[in-house]
This record gives sequence, C-alpha cells and structure tokens, in this order.
Amino acid sequence: MSARIFAYIAHKGGVADDSALELMAAAKKIDPAAAATAVVTGWGAELDAVCEGLRASYAEVWKIASESLAYPNAELIRKALVKVIPAGSIVLVPHNHFGIDLGPGLSVKLNAAYVSDVMGVDGVEGPYLKVVRQEFGGVVSTHVRCDVSSGAVINVRPGAFKPIDGAPASGTVVDKSGDAGALSAGRRYLETVVAETGDVDITKEPVLVSVGRGIQEQDNLTIAQELAEALGAVVSCSRPVVDAKWLPKSRQVGSSGQTVKPKIYLACGISGSFQHLAGLKGSPFIVAVNKNPKAPIFQVADVGIVADLLEFLPELTNKVREAKDAHASR
Amino acid sequence: MEILVCARRVPDTSENEIQLNGAGNDIERDDLVYSINEADNYAVEEALQIVAKSGGTVTVATVGTDEDEEILRREMAMGANQGALLCDEAFSGSDGKGIATILKGLVQKGKFDLILTGVQAEDGGAQVGGMLAAMLDYPFASLVNSIEVLGEKKLKVGREIEGGNKEMNEIDLPCVLSIQTGINEPRYVGMRGIRQAQSLEIPTYGAAELGIDSGSVGEAAAKVKRDDYFVPALGKGAEILQGSNEEIADKLIELMKAKGGLQ
Repeated sequence: MSARIFAYIAHKGGVADDSALELMAAAKKIDPAAAATAVVTGWGAELDAVCEGLRASYAEVWKIASESLAYPNAELIRKALVKVIPAGSIVLVPHNHFGIDLGPGLSVKLNAAYVSDVMGVDGVEGPYLKVVRQEFGGVVSTHVRCDVSSGAVINVRPGAFKPIDGAPASGTVVDKSGDAGALSAGRRYLETVVAETGDVDITKEPVLVSVGRGIQEQDNLTIAQELAEALGAVVSCSRPVVDAKWLPKSRQVGSSGQTVKPKIYLACGISGSFQHLAGLKGSPFIVAVNKNPKAPIFQVADVGIVADLLEFLPELTNKVREAKDAHASR
Repeated sequence: MEILVCARRVPDTSENEIQLNGAGNDIERDDLVYSINEADNYAVEEALQIVAKSGGTVTVATVGTDEDEEILRREMAMGANQGALLCDEAFSGSDGKGIATILKGLVQKGKFDLILTGVQAEDGGAQVGGMLAAMLDYPFASLVNSIEVLGEKKLKVGREIEGGNKEMNEIDLPCVLSIQTGINEPRYVGMRGIRQAQSLEIPTYGAAELGIDSGSVGEAAAKVKRDDYFVPALGKGAEILQGSNEEIADKLIELMKAKGGLQ
C-alpha cells in the first residue's frame, strides 16, 4: 500500500492525548512498513511542547500553528487539514467528542472514504482496507470493507489498540502553518461548563450498585437503593437512566459521565457499551446481572448472573441483611 | 424557523435481542420490531420545542422505502408538520456519504434554517450530519445537548464532552446539529394520534426530483461496505453463577466478602 498515513494528535495542556500512540498502533496494522506522520494543530508554547514530546515516537511531526486553533474547533481544524494533507492519504482520528465533530466532514472535503469508531484492522486487500466495528452497543461486530483508493478518514476507538512506542525517536518537526493560511468558522467556542457535583460523589465510593436500562421504571430504583443501603454502597447508573431523568447526571458512569474506580461494581441491567465501560477504572471486581446472556457486559465481568434484576436484587438484599445481622449478633 | 429533522427506522433494541442469524453473516431480521432511532426522536422533540417558542415548521425526512414511512407518521403524530420519504431504487445500498448526498438534495429544494439529526443510530456511524454539513458548507456541531435561539441568525448550543462537562458554542444559521439523547423529554405519542396520522399525505422524492446523479449514491458509489456480522470469540468472560436466586445470592455474598465489599 502506498497511501501516506497521518495520525491527528489531540492534546491538552501541552501533553498529547493517550490516543497518540494508539493511532500509531492502528497505522502499523494498516501498513506495517509505513511510518505514520503525526499532525498537530494548536498555538503557542503548548503546541510546541506537544510536538517536542511526539518526536520521541513519530519520525515526522507536522505542526500547524495558528492563534485561532488555540481551542480545538473541528471546523477550523478541518479547514487547516484540507489545505495541508495530500490527496489520497489515510487520516486517523480518535473517535471521541472531538473526532465525531471532525471526521465525517473532513472525509467529505478530502473526497475520501470514512469509517467511524473502528476497533480492529484486518489488513489491506487490493484497494480495500478491512476493518472491524461494533453495532448495537457491542452485541454484534461487523467486518467492514473500505475503498481507500482516494484516501480515507478512519475514526479509531480510544482504547481499542494497544499503544506502541515507536522505535525511531528524535523525529523531525515540520512547520506547515504557512500552508494552512487564515481560518474562520461559523461556530465559535464560548466556554466549558464544568459538570455539577451531586449529593454523592460516586468517584470515591468503594462499592457501586449501578443500574441501566434493565431497571425499566423509575419506581424500580427503590430496589437498587435498598440493596445499596444494605451493602453500605451508593447507586450509580448508565446513560439511559440519566436520559430518562430518573437519576442526575452526576450518578452516570461512562465516557460522558464520571470515571469511577470502586473495589466492587454491580452492573445491574447494564448491557456494557464501551462508552459505559470507559468510565470504569482500577480493575474493580465486576458483577453483572442481566437477563440477556449475550449482553457484552458478561465478557468483561468477573461474575455473571443471568436473571431479571427485579427478582434477583431483592433476594440479594435480604441475604445481605441476614449476613450482616448474623455478623452483628456474633 | 424552518427545521428539517433527518430520521431513521432501526431495529428497536428495547423490543428485540439482537443476535446472529443461522448462517452467521447477518443479524436475525425475522420478527424484528422496528421503531424510530432513539436519538432522532429526541431531535424531533427538540425541533418541536424550538418551533413552539420561535415559530416555524418541522419537516421530518427519511431515506428508505414504503416500510420506513411509519416513523414519519409517528413523528407527525408527535407534532411534526410534514414528512418526506426519499425513496428510489438508486438509493439502495448507499453508505453514509450516499445518505448525506440524498439529504443534501432535499435541503437544497427547501429553505431550512436548521437541520437536526440524531447523534447516532445503533447500527450507524454518527456520520451523516457531519457529512451533510460539509457538503452544504454549513457549520456543524455534534453531541448537542442544549439549544438556545439567539435571534434570527444564531444559536447557542451545548455539546456533551468528557466527564459530564459541556462545551458551549455560538453557531451561525443555517447549520446542522446532531442531537444527543437526554436533551429533552420526548412527548408521548398515543395510539389515537398514530391512527390519525395514517391518513396524512406524505410526499415521496426520487433521485430526479432531488436533482441527484444516480451514480453518486447507492451501492455502486458506496466506498464503505459491511461484509458480514459476527460475534467475536469471548475473552475470559464472566464466571456465570448457577442455581436458584437464593443460592446465587449466597455465593455472591461470599465472593463480595472475599473482595472486601461486605464487612
């Protein structure tokens, strides 16, 4: 394969995002012989620090500096990249809130193919890049074929590729700022509103009873609350419960919610999408309760219980209370 | 404000367990219950709320076949003023870019100030809105979880970013926004409303009416194709506890005690 591969590097506070080395790993899977080029946009000392850091793993780092790129506005960045990236290239972008903004439009302007949320690369076959995606919250996977003969933008799932440290080190930084020119956008960043902290801080709790769509109704939350009380735990949840306004956002575990690191995590009626699992850190002991034996949560849980949580949780609550009473009376 | 909402009919995962078919190359599609994609329904609700405050109309469009018309009727029962079914043999097998190309044809026929899509379908790629915006040279914002109208020409939109934080932006109209679930509480649609919507006229547009070159859409133009579905070999997987609920609860308590979760 002859296409040049670029990795768009997100960064914050002068430090490259974890995805920087994951994208390098994805590039190696696409073409083991290719040396991917890092492309970084931003401004000032922070941008220079990121470029300097990337030299350790990327042989070539393309820097696009502009005061208008100080905050990562996808529309401005797209315009800059379109001017700088050669036709026919493969551009790798992390599939997060920024990549979802950037990737699809970038592919249109580069007249390239687009595949989102790629979690595996099977290789290249003729003009096709063969990749793996998931659908339906990870219940099924798909093999996808993408014609890359006129280039491609591939959004790569964070955490899906094991980061590799490039051997070369002491790469070169190439300043492409002049090629990008003046930039303006129809969307302007105003401010970031930091999440409100709720009545309890789920990020500090050692035991979480977490509920998902399987709780079915708001009234059923009592079942989870009773179990949490018996265990001395608190109730957290997955996205659908917050969408339904049954629990506040501060109780949500996941990439768009809180990152938690409990010792024990009881996932009740939670299917286990990667966005949810991204919020679980520190290798907790995961107990999954789900009616559907094929729910993806069973792949990552330590212990699984195939049952209706509305029946199982009250039983467990009773047993926990009994166990505590026995302990107290000893 | 004239608002277009692009919607899709998808397998309803709250009504079906998605699984592989016997041949192991597709999901089992017999007896699947379909409904409007969840995020698209939030987008329609948001459009209705904007129009209730600022005036205008809401049009709901989908690319599909006669079968997909039911979601347009459902959203019209919810309050959308018009539906549009974008249907043509030439559209069959389109990838994300093909779908965006078809929708662009509809946008260019009308005078829409605001175009909404759901952020993602469960079998989709969170891509059509961003592509459509780029094709139209309209500004775009994804993962939108709040919208405030600022006069005739601008909106203030919030985007969901990491850690439950919210990125606030000002965006010029016309623009395309992809709507995140949870932005509002979609209104309930009763059976009566859906029955009443059955008699409404829904116009159908083909490639010719939309001014689309048939070669730019459909399977032949699709650069991205799904070869098959599969279920990956499990990793270690969970130890599944067997027995009655009572027995399982006993075992689980022992395990949790060992892990220090129960004193």
